[in-house]
Amino acid sequence: MTTATLVRRIAARPDIVFDALVTAEDIGSWWGPADFPAISAASDPRVGGAFEVRFCTADGREHVCAGEFLEITRPTQLVMSWRWTSGGEDDERDRVSRVEFRLRAIDIGTELTLVHAELSTEVSARSHEWGWGGALDKLTRRFREGDRS
Amino acid sequence: MVNYREDRLNRIFAVLSDPTRRAILARLASERGLSVSDLAEPFAIKLPAVMKHLDVLDDAGLIRRSKTGRTVRVTIADGCLKPAVDWLERRERFWSASLDRLVDFAEAKERQAKEQGR
Repeated sequence: MTTATLVRRIAARPDIVFDALVTAEDIGSWWGPADFPAISAASDPRVGGAFEVRFCTADGREHVCAGEFLEITRPTQLVMSWRWTSGGEDDERDRVSRVEFRLRAIDIGTELTLVHAELSTEVSARSHEWGWGGALDKLTRRFREGDRS
Repeated sequence: MVNYREDRLNRIFAVLSDPTRRAILARLASERGLSVSDLAEPFAIKLPAVMKHLDVLDDAGLIRRSKTGRTVRVTIADGCLKPAVDWLERRERFWSASLDRLVDFAEAKERQAKEQGR
């Protein structure tokens, strides 16, 4: 399984950060790629509830990512399934992945950790069982310089 | 239908799911042109088992083998992990932009809450 992990330290209390992750109105104000904020967002923040975010890129294409809330523990943990239902990258269409947010109270407010893991392929399901998680990340990072040259 | 890029990505992940193969690749990333017996040395497995791992790595295009006399030397294939690296970078770009905006948004809300004495 391959995962992308990002960490941010935020000068806001965990409750506020958590609500920004699950409230439709709040999601719309931050979710999306650089320069292309969401044009609409819907969210039903309960376990099994759905969310959907739409945004438009410069080429006029509309992209939709959608999923379900799998785990909601305010204000420490949020897990959702995630996939492109329209637009996005061709090779990622309809492949389901797992997005997990972990929140920890720190002196300035909140430390937020995001883990985005691919789940859909047989391969990643198997490697998930083997539990080597972020090992590929470390390995690919090690190779990154060489691959660019 | 599985496209070429996806197929390639799956193969790389499958190959890397084995710890011995990851260790071999990691070693080849820092030392070039090792012989098969050099590579086998740190592992508690027999030479034929190492050869099998090398076959898998070779089939996936991650290494190259060349023979000089009786010695087979192994080199990591340049750019072999690019598809996996690209996948990670694409994900990171998307989330990085989103999280930067989330930080601004949550911090503005926090200031607002404080002004309202909460």
